[in-house]
Amino acid sequence: MLALAAVAIFARYHASNPAFHRQQKSGGKALAPDFFLPDLSGKSVALSNFRGKVVLLDFWATWCDPCREEIPQFIAMQNKFNDQGFQVIGVSMDDEPQPVRDLYQQFKVNYVVVMGNAKMGELYGGVLGLPIAFLIGRDGRIVAKHVGPTNTNALEREIENLLATRTDH
Amino acid sequence: MDQGSTVTFSRNTRFFVIAAISAVMASVVFAYQASLISSSRLINPGELVQLLQSAKAEKPLILQVGSRVLYEQAHIPGSEYQGPASDPTGLQRLRARVESLPRSKSIVLYCGCCPWNHCPNAKPADEALHAMGFANVKVLYIANNFGVDWVDKGYPVAKGE
Repeated sequence: MLALAAVAIFARYHASNPAFHRQQKSGGKALAPDFFLPDLSGKSVALSNFRGKVVLLDFWATWCDPCREEIPQFIAMQNKFNDQGFQVIGVSMDDEPQPVRDLYQQFKVNYVVVMGNAKMGELYGGVLGLPIAFLIGRDGRIVAKHVGPTNTNALEREIENLLATRTDH
Repeated sequence: MDQGSTVTFSRNTRFFVIAAISAVMASVVFAYQASLISSSRLINPGELVQLLQSAKAEKPLILQVGSRVLYEQAHIPGSEYQGPASDPTGLQRLRARVESLPRSKSIVLYCGCCPWNHCPNAKPADEALHAMGFANVKVLYIANNFGVDWVDKGYPVAKGE
């Protein structure tokens, strides 16, 4: 029990401390910090459930216009790459879930959406502006971080390259 | 009316209809664009830091009018969270906070949620305070977001509620 607690504390510290941020800046491929966040039905979603898939972790909010403009693009990507092992996870930084549920219905979103919070933002080095998206490989490592609206063509190329990489677990 | 007949529009008519719809949509979008705030009402991050670090200058009341989740991760020390000014509840909270203050009070508003031209909060907050008669209001110009234009520059930061 003590060993598990020590490991958990070690992982939590290294996921949120400045070293994670520095590693990102230096281009090092850090493991994407695991999280447990509720989806729009309240069910807990863990990033580790998607190990083996290429994940686009998108931090967004309903009040963020550039974020909303990206949603149809991400829906199209989910459709296009779904069968190849690709998953978009939208992390909403809204204060309340209802606007998110409304937008989810309005846009007919086809990917996982969870409710984020300040701790989640800190876990990923500080999400201090939106949109921010992390591209995570099949091995669970962060391959790229995109700050601001993404270039769809460039992102799709990155995703295709990652999907072509198989990882043995 | 002849059943099965259809109404067709000329190319010019279609063009003007599309242009009119686009203009209406653009007016809605631009209505809250921070880029429409006069430059005389803006203050740059570096200028604000100098002001805060000056021993002589009057310190302004700093109000964050954006996202609580972003505020809790990092905010300007001493600033107060007022809620998103794009939301009626947030705007009401902002007005209530400043209602009792002298109209000459120095106030700085900031958001930093998104790129400046897309910020939905800065302009409504600025307009609300000016409508209340506050003459000494500045809006912090954040070009990209609070992370890039304040935190990454090494400016003072506080965390939590």
